[in-house]
Amino acid sequence: MTQPAVNRRDFLSLATGAALAVGVVGAAKPFAQSLFPAKDVLALSTTEVDLSTIALGTTRTVIYRGKVVFVRHRTPEDIAAAAAGDATAIIEPQTDKARVQKPEWLVVMGNCTHLGCVPKAAEGSDHGWACPCHGSHFDASGRVVKGPAATNLPVPDYRFVSDTKIVIGLKPEDKKAS
Amino acid sequence: MESESKIPPAKKGIIGWIDHRLPIFSFMDHELNRYPTPKNLNIWWNFGSLAGIMLMIMIISGIFLAMNYTANTQMAFNSVERIMRDVNGGWLIRYLHMNGASMFFIVVYIHIFRGLYYGSYKPPRELLWALGVAIFLIMMATAFMGYVLPWGQMSLWGAEVITNFFSAIPVVGEDLVQLTRGSFAVDNPTLTRFFALHYLMPFLIVGLVVLHLVALHRFGSNNPKGIDITSPKDKIPFHPYYTLKDLVGLGVFLMFYSAFVFFAPDYLGHPDNYIPANPLQTPAHIVPEWYFLPFYAILRAIDFDIPLLLFTIDSKLAGVLAMFASVLVLFFLPWLDRHPVRSARFRPWYKIVFWLFLFNALVLGYVGSQPPEGTMIMIGQAATAWYFIHFFVLLPLLSKYEPVATLPKTLDEPTI
Repeated sequence: MTQPAVNRRDFLSLATGAALAVGVVGAAKPFAQSLFPAKDVLALSTTEVDLSTIALGTTRTVIYRGKVVFVRHRTPEDIAAAAAGDATAIIEPQTDKARVQKPEWLVVMGNCTHLGCVPKAAEGSDHGWACPCHGSHFDASGRVVKGPAATNLPVPDYRFVSDTKIVIGLKPEDKKAS
Repeated sequence: MESESKIPPAKKGIIGWIDHRLPIFSFMDHELNRYPTPKNLNIWWNFGSLAGIMLMIMIISGIFLAMNYTANTQMAFNSVERIMRDVNGGWLIRYLHMNGASMFFIVVYIHIFRGLYYGSYKPPRELLWALGVAIFLIMMATAFMGYVLPWGQMSLWGAEVITNFFSAIPVVGEDLVQLTRGSFAVDNPTLTRFFALHYLMPFLIVGLVVLHLVALHRFGSNNPKGIDITSPKDKIPFHPYYTLKDLVGLGVFLMFYSAFVFFAPDYLGHPDNYIPANPLQTPAHIVPEWYFLPFYAILRAIDFDIPLLLFTIDSKLAGVLAMFASVLVLFFLPWLDRHPVRSARFRPWYKIVFWLFLFNALVLGYVGSQPPEGTMIMIGQAATAWYFIHFFVLLPLLSKYEPVATLPKTLDEPTI
């Protein structure tokens, strides 16, 4: 009698192996999931900022989901510098207008997009930030103007819940539907 | 050191290249694949591999729990509740670990009684047995310390009672208790060191398990007939015969384990441990986890002073000594039972004594779960006495007087 190419024993071996694999993967899933942020971590997903206490021309640094956010009360000079920067921010072109909801308030994530250090207020006239770790520069709109960072400081979701209060982590009014 | 010429030339492929330099694959092939095993092993031989699997499950689930646990008296209880409520799948991981301890002990107790019934501790496997008893001891310490970590009422008061064992030792007792606790009472220093040791000890167990397996593979598994296997016909390769048989057993066992994890996760625990530890109030009825109950019964059985010729052992020290002796006596079993026949199948007298011993152990467990009142005290004392009579009187007597049956030469030879 000749042996078929796939015999009964091969089938049983494969079936056993497959059942084992499914079992191991199924059991591993909750263990892998436990490594992702827990519900209490996710619950810290909004930060309220009272704008009335931020003086003109200063920056308040707040924590949102454990990360740094700059809330800057921009002077007319800052706004002008940022608008002028539309032409020079060529690494990741974006208009200043697209990055703010109200021109006098700039809200950007405060970790450098290179490797995560917190940039300091830049000395000089560009009204922006310079990263102490690897020398990236960001302008008055938080756009990168000098590497090694390759992207602008991201703008988090935030919403004006009143004229003097924003909630970081909520989608803006006009985008609520999305 | 083997001379280079004795080493066979490398086989083809990457595995061959590695194996030529680091013979890990031929080692595994030799010990797990071709490893010749008696062909008549029954289901009770499944529990060794199950114990190994339980150890792995406990270590893996424990590592994931440790990532979210905080060893601090102010935060431990809440960190465990956070695991239950907030950590993704945390409830499952904790219930696997919590019930896993019980499952581990069930498997190990069956494994131990298997060894007792079939005489697996007898020459030449005395050290194999002793390593197993050492594993059992460290397991008990690990389980106790793990139970302290959630810092509930039972955690605290269990730790209070167990660390007080050392206070029974004359002269240095009180100092030893403080050395164990790192504090005057069971407190934060106790919790932090218990956590460190609870994390360390399972890896000591892994080391001992490796030695246990080295000793096992020296002479190979014992078998239900308990005879030395001389004919190659009586052995079959470990894979696929016993790998598959063990897998079937594992499947059944996992169903049993899952039934507890998913349907009765707190059945084997105590509700009191969901009350945060309170050093001002002891729970009304304090009992250890079920797997310690027989030993707990022995501890409580000695409620009288034991007068010796020159001095008296007070009841407290005597109880603690009896409890430790009840485990340590297992180390000496190969020398207490010197009967030449291994398996109880060919020892009708020992068979009776074995079942009485098993029944007595269950009685001790029941007594340990009851409040020490009325007839329970008497029963506990009688059962404790029987426990030691078994080892120190019955086994030596049987060694001398039980007739030696004619054993089959091979596994195939029919026996009556």
